[in-house]
Amino acid sequence: MSGTDGDVIDALVGITPGSPLDAIRARRPEARAHAQATYRALFAPQTFGNVTAQERFAVGVFVAGLHGAGAVADAYARRLAESGAAATLSEAIGAAVKEATTHGPYGSYPAGPLSREDATGPVYRVSAAARRALGPRLAAALEHTHMLVFHPRDASPGSLQALLNAGWATTDIVTLSQIVAFLSFQIRVAIGLRTLAGRP
Amino acid sequence: MSESVLKPPPHTAPTAFTRAQLDWLPWLEPLAAEAMTPRHMASLVDAARVKSPYFRLLARDPDALEARTRTDKDIFYNPDAGLPRAERELAAAATSRFNGCLYCASVHARHAATYSKREDDVQRLLDAGVGADLGERWNAIVAASVALTATPSAFGPEHVERLRRAGLDDLAISDVIHAAAFFNWANRLMLSLGEPAAPSAT
Repeated sequence: MSGTDGDVIDALVGITPGSPLDAIRARRPEARAHAQATYRALFAPQTFGNVTAQERFAVGVFVAGLHGAGAVADAYARRLAESGAAATLSEAIGAAVKEATTHGPYGSYPAGPLSREDATGPVYRVSAAARRALGPRLAAALEHTHMLVFHPRDASPGSLQALLNAGWATTDIVTLSQIVAFLSFQIRVAIGLRTLAGRP
Repeated sequence: MSESVLKPPPHTAPTAFTRAQLDWLPWLEPLAAEAMTPRHMASLVDAARVKSPYFRLLARDPDALEARTRTDKDIFYNPDAGLPRAERELAAAATSRFNGCLYCASVHARHAATYSKREDDVQRLLDAGVGADLGERWNAIVAASVALTATPSAFGPEHVERLRRAGLDDLAISDVIHAAAFFNWANRLMLSLGEPAAPSAT
């Protein structure tokens, strides 16, 4: 994943021109092109608005790390470093991944017949030490991101209010949500296609 | 002063998975239709979506919304071979059932039932969950979707083999992967930016 020119999913899967997976992706050309266009919109947009490149890549590293997707996390970590992030920020994200990793999906349903399927799991809160390195805005983003990755059915207006209180405007939250949700797609496509191609 | 979340109007929250039509109420302020620029409007792709608070909220990041929607449409509507539409919808419904998105599951269970004519099997998926016995081909599609939806992913060569044994070629298996992966995207937006509401009983 260098720059924004090459197709990110092709790079993550190791798809070369003329290979069987290249032919399969070519049968869904709009999906292929617009998965890449989404990547550009979220990580190399024409205007970053209020959400900085560092914030976008920091969340990317965190999401990929929580998925245990090492190669994807490494790719986003390189882009985070290229965006000028301090080493302390990259280290704080790496430490947060270690603290926050668990297994999903879990969460609760509205009280009723589905309550028997309620499954409890951790609610992640950034440690005081990490909060100093991340700052309040990214700390709030990582707490929200953990919920979205592992227990999205626990989402509530309170999760969004915490982001608003930490300085994320409504439009910024839409972008943050798209980053986490899109990566949940991109990582799974990469894992699925690698498996289909018989790669570990 | 920071902004505040929206307080949805009084409504009945659905408490079970259903194929019935649900509403969706946003927790953040969508763009007002009359305030949308030509760029915002184009990002909806389908102009009729201006009626939807969900799409008017996502239109706050128009480039991301437009690319999301065009990805979605090709994965589910591209008619060139691969997995039949009914089974792309089945993968979407199974993913939504496992993540717990009642709204997404309602839409895509409805589509799966419409295109497959297997209403009873689709309803069994909603009622009993992703372990329901739907016959081997559908079981294989549901199991693959669920394994890929787990975090970290539990999808492995055994899922690919089972899909091949059930008669899927590699393009069809790629369609299962994309349909399940896409609903890991869609479920997270639907679940976290608002909530479903049952149409009021009269």
